[in-house]
Amino acid sequence: MSGAQIVRPYGDTTGDGMVQTSFTLPVSNGKLAEGAALQLVAKMGLDPAMVVHSRSVGEGYTFFVVYGRAGHLVDLSEVRVVERDYPLLSPKEANLAIRNALRRRVTVVGACIGTDAHTVGIDAIMNIKGFAGEKGLEYYRELRVVNLGAQVSVPQLVERCTAEAADAVLVSQVVTQRDAHVLNTQEMSAAFREAFSASRRPVLIAGGPRFDESMAADLGVDRVFGRGTTPAEVASFLVHELVTNRRAAVATPRARRSA
Amino acid sequence: MPVLELDPAAVRTARSLARRVGEPIVAMTKEHTTVSVERATLRLAGLAGADPDGTPWANRLLDTVRADVGIECGVCLPVWDALVRGEAGDLAELAAKASVGSVTFRLPKGRDRVRARSAARKAVGVGVRTLDAQRRERERLVKRWGNPAQQPWIYLIVATGDIYEDIVQAQAAAHAGADVIAVIRSTGQSLLDFVPEGATREGYAGTYATQENFRLMRAALDQTSAEVGRYIRLTNYASGLCMPEIAALAGLQRLDMMLNDSMYGILFRDINPVRTFVDQRFSRQVHARAGIIINTGEDNYLTTADAVEAAHTVTVSQLLNESFAKEAGLADWQLGLGHAFEIDPDLPDSFRLELAHALLARTLFPDAPLKWMPPTRHMSGDVFRGYLLDGFFNLAGALTGQGILLVGMMTEAVVTPWLSDRDLALQNVRYVLNACGGLAEDFHPPADGFIATRARQVLAESIDLLERIVARPDPTFGAGLLTAIADGTFGLMKRPADGGRGLDGVVRRADDYLNPAIDMLEPGS
Repeated sequence: MSGAQIVRPYGDTTGDGMVQTSFTLPVSNGKLAEGAALQLVAKMGLDPAMVVHSRSVGEGYTFFVVYGRAGHLVDLSEVRVVERDYPLLSPKEANLAIRNALRRRVTVVGACIGTDAHTVGIDAIMNIKGFAGEKGLEYYRELRVVNLGAQVSVPQLVERCTAEAADAVLVSQVVTQRDAHVLNTQEMSAAFREAFSASRRPVLIAGGPRFDESMAADLGVDRVFGRGTTPAEVASFLVHELVTNRRAAVATPRARRSA
Repeated sequence: MPVLELDPAAVRTARSLARRVGEPIVAMTKEHTTVSVERATLRLAGLAGADPDGTPWANRLLDTVRADVGIECGVCLPVWDALVRGEAGDLAELAAKASVGSVTFRLPKGRDRVRARSAARKAVGVGVRTLDAQRRERERLVKRWGNPAQQPWIYLIVATGDIYEDIVQAQAAAHAGADVIAVIRSTGQSLLDFVPEGATREGYAGTYATQENFRLMRAALDQTSAEVGRYIRLTNYASGLCMPEIAALAGLQRLDMMLNDSMYGILFRDINPVRTFVDQRFSRQVHARAGIIINTGEDNYLTTADAVEAAHTVTVSQLLNESFAKEAGLADWQLGLGHAFEIDPDLPDSFRLELAHALLARTLFPDAPLKWMPPTRHMSGDVFRGYLLDGFFNLAGALTGQGILLVGMMTEAVVTPWLSDRDLALQNVRYVLNACGGLAEDFHPPADGFIATRARQVLAESIDLLERIVARPDPTFGAGLLTAIADGTFGLMKRPADGGRGLDGVVRRADDYLNPAIDMLEPGS
């Protein structure tokens, strides 16, 4: 049905509402535990529901797999997401846009800040190797990429961005224990606002698998990229901000921008 | 034991090249010491505890000595000279007095030097004898409670940040089938230039490695070992800026395995290469003496570089790790050389390639308990597909006779493992080992087949890379490993020899440098 605004989960028939879920309860396996699992899923909106599997996982804990029918409806007209609001460019198009508009290379500094040692994300975006068959930012001729790697402190990052005259800063955060990713990113954006005037501040980008893309304002950054972001999306956003929105200085034949 | 047919001459060439690459590095380590090597020596002599601000006495004492007379001759001479002179009754008192400036250190000469040296030897000797005693205690307990019934040993991670919570999880994991418990460290610790003190209940994505945490966890696992009727091994991390000290503490508290890679700190923590190699050698000498199995970190290369293209860098690193380890006195049974199941599952023949790489390692290092690491890079968050991938990882481990199997979690890259994730993961391992744990004896890939051909190709590429490293001019140390590291040969990371963290803690030894611990730990001493 085209134009449907109300949908339900799909098991094997349109509209059956079937979902599958699994969880552990701190209850020893048995009739009581199974009843407890059914009570939980009933409160979650599954009715009817079947406990298809229960298994003791250590003393006093039971793991369940449950199938059931969700009574809830999804109204697509009320879903709010951050859609990409800029055109997706190929590396060639991005390079050309930068060269024509700025007549100089754009400097991008990347780092994992705080104690986070997981460079997987930043490397996937920045290293020439890239990921999912797409080349990373190092592959873009008009981007000068400085990857500072893991466990960079915020003052170090600000200092390096000043020295490199960074146009943009990419910060990756994977560890989320005690909201470290949120707190670290807020500390970072505050430090940049303090160190740079609004017109000179580099474009700030935060990325990581557990970030909510609608959090940019809370985090004080220009953009948040979540799970599954590709290097081309980041490069295209940089062009959008620096070229289309004219945030970057244009090189003149005599005086190049320097910090 | 599964065996690939490799050209024995090629294997010999690879080993001798690895030795040649390592020789100038070893010579360089013998010309330097570091603040952490000196602090480890103080810890072996029994210095523990911290000042009211939490700065360990080992750091306070070392910093004062360094400021007064430098550590080019080692920390021992000035320290035990002060003790012989009666400046303090013991090391902790000396450290406390030194930190408030009421002791002046000097470099003793003549008979004073002889007296200081002999006092230092006596004190450090107590620590080295404790390493020996703990090793004997482990051997006794293994005899009493036994080793795991199956190969590979099942290795599980706990990481709550709170040592007391870790203990509960570790004991539950052992009851559920784990043979080896690894307590993951707090992410920041590798860059701390001191070892925190006492039991800790706060950490990010892991728990601090401290002497007291080591003691608590080992005692808890001894209790569990008695209950489950097999000796449960404990693993931690001798890496980062305090690698030598942590190695010493691990030996003193009878840890059984330590992550300890010759280049990991350089590549993945940006620690200065000279600092790392000097710290490495000392820590490996401690591990050799204490009977600790090291786990090397080759799996990490494949998280940044492509697992097929960079397969030979893993082999090269394994050969280098073996060479450095043997030089430091470690025996084959102590070499948990690392490798990982990280090939893109969408690549055709990815599993055959994995088998080729795993069998190559197995064949090159027949007596080493290889550490087999699960997929992380291609664990996408699709937990169902991830569970299948972990099943193939376990199958490859059984098929190729791996020694230590780190249990893969389907929730890798999603959440820290839940109770149910760990249970499902162990069911996966148990199913595979139960269904075909002995399959290795039936698995003989033909010499002209895909697997053997690929293994020979990776070995050839490894030899080629080692030859290029040997041929590389190096202005500082006469051979090319440091420049190869600087050029991004391993894991695509570029690390120059004069950069990185901890360089200010590296000191060139004077001609009359003295370190009784090194004298006692040196192979053949």
